[in-house]
Amino acid sequence: MRRLLHGLLGLTGLLALLEAAPRLGLVDARFLPPASEILRTLAGELTTAGLWLALGETMRGWAVGLALASGLAVAAGVVIGVVPGLRAATSSTVEFLRPIPSVALVPLATLLFGPSLGSTLLLVVYASFWQVLIQVLYGVAAVDPVAHDTARSYGLSAWSRVRHLVWPTSLPYVMTGLRLAAAVAFILAVTAELVIGSPGLGAEIQVAQSSGAVPTVYALIVVAGLIGIGVNTAVRLLERRVLAWHPAVREEVAG
Amino acid sequence: MKAVRLLGLPVLLVLLWWAVSGGSFYLPSPDRVAVAFAETWFSDRLTGDVLPSVGRLLAGYALAALLGGWLGVPIGLSPRLRATLEPVLEFFRAIPPPVLVPLIMLLAGIDTPMKVLVIVSGCVWPVLLNTVEGVRALDEVLADTCRMYGIRGWPRVRGFVLRGASPQIMAGLRQALSIGIILMVISEMFASSSGLGFTIVLFQRQFQIAEMWSGILLLGLLGLGLSLLFRRLERWVLSWYYGSGAARA
Repeated sequence: MRRLLHGLLGLTGLLALLEAAPRLGLVDARFLPPASEILRTLAGELTTAGLWLALGETMRGWAVGLALASGLAVAAGVVIGVVPGLRAATSSTVEFLRPIPSVALVPLATLLFGPSLGSTLLLVVYASFWQVLIQVLYGVAAVDPVAHDTARSYGLSAWSRVRHLVWPTSLPYVMTGLRLAAAVAFILAVTAELVIGSPGLGAEIQVAQSSGAVPTVYALIVVAGLIGIGVNTAVRLLERRVLAWHPAVREEVAG
Repeated sequence: MKAVRLLGLPVLLVLLWWAVSGGSFYLPSPDRVAVAFAETWFSDRLTGDVLPSVGRLLAGYALAALLGGWLGVPIGLSPRLRATLEPVLEFFRAIPPPVLVPLIMLLAGIDTPMKVLVIVSGCVWPVLLNTVEGVRALDEVLADTCRMYGIRGWPRVRGFVLRGASPQIMAGLRQALSIGIILMVISEMFASSSGLGFTIVLFQRQFQIAEMWSGILLLGLLGLGLSLLFRRLERWVLSWYYGSGAARA
């Protein structure tokens, strides 16, 4: 309760500062409009269909890209982790490809897809794939060797070993990867729209900026921040739900 | 045997690239990209575009690290301050950093200060929030011991607070590094006339496909090099931590 109160105090303080600074002439109101004006613009924007359409586009790119990337990464990670020797053979390639910043692919995406959903997907999938893959690899490596040998000597098939041993062990890692990937995917979705001009929130911000609608730029940035928070919260809830059986989550709930 | 394991797949992939690329417009063969790489980047572009970009990245990154650490310590040490600022900080962290580029262009123009500011604005949050987390989770027994021995002021911050929080701070710095590279490239794709990001987009607009691929390759190598350097730094800073076995627990 106290925390909530303090938090509200902090937010109010920020708003008051943003309101006072331009009004008192500390900063140029053309570049930093007062908070009340930003919020009024935001309220106005929220009633237009354009904003919601753009949000829909952004979230579609985010969701499809994230789903594709995690599906591919989980499949690849389990295969690499389970087949003997494959991990050692792929590690140098993974270590080389992973740090390539996905924005390096911006020109390629522009050439191949132009300003469309395809560009967004290329960037989103590339960026989030590695986040999930690395975690899946950690997860598969964390399988208890004794449990593994037990499963073998009981004659479990390769598929049921993956299903009943590898998958539950690596699920917490997969969820961590998914949480990291969800945030990255949102950043890259907006980036693709901003830089390449695929339809969505990023493109709206770019248009607002080049037409000099400064309060709108701020309002849209607030929207982007709120969605970012929403994405983080949603993935955390999903994580708790999927891992409700896991001791780490159970303890947290009990405590 | 080790060499086979290390190089087997990469060699296979390059061979595959060679086989696929025959006559393709979008995917020139590896040797053409290699030639373009040597011609493009071992010229005055190295000093005119690449080094300034990397310099801005390092400047912005260092500023963000200092700022994040400097603000994070007091926030982490004071529960009240933390409770007050947490929602605000979470909000700022949730804003995708590239979105701030158009805004910062309004405020700081389109020159070097803007690009450095963009990098700072994105890198500071992971450092700040991880510092806060790390400082908050400091060992209470050690805190009491410090108090008993009358260690306070700067020696306490340096020897206990920063040290104890350093695994978390390094985790924040690692996140910030990849964000920094992204922002370095993006800040140069807007209204710029030099830099790595600008050059690569220029090649794409002029359909110099092999040169464009060589730029992508260069960015990849840069990302790889920086992450290897960072791992070195992390090993060095956290040697006490790995040595204590706490990292594995």
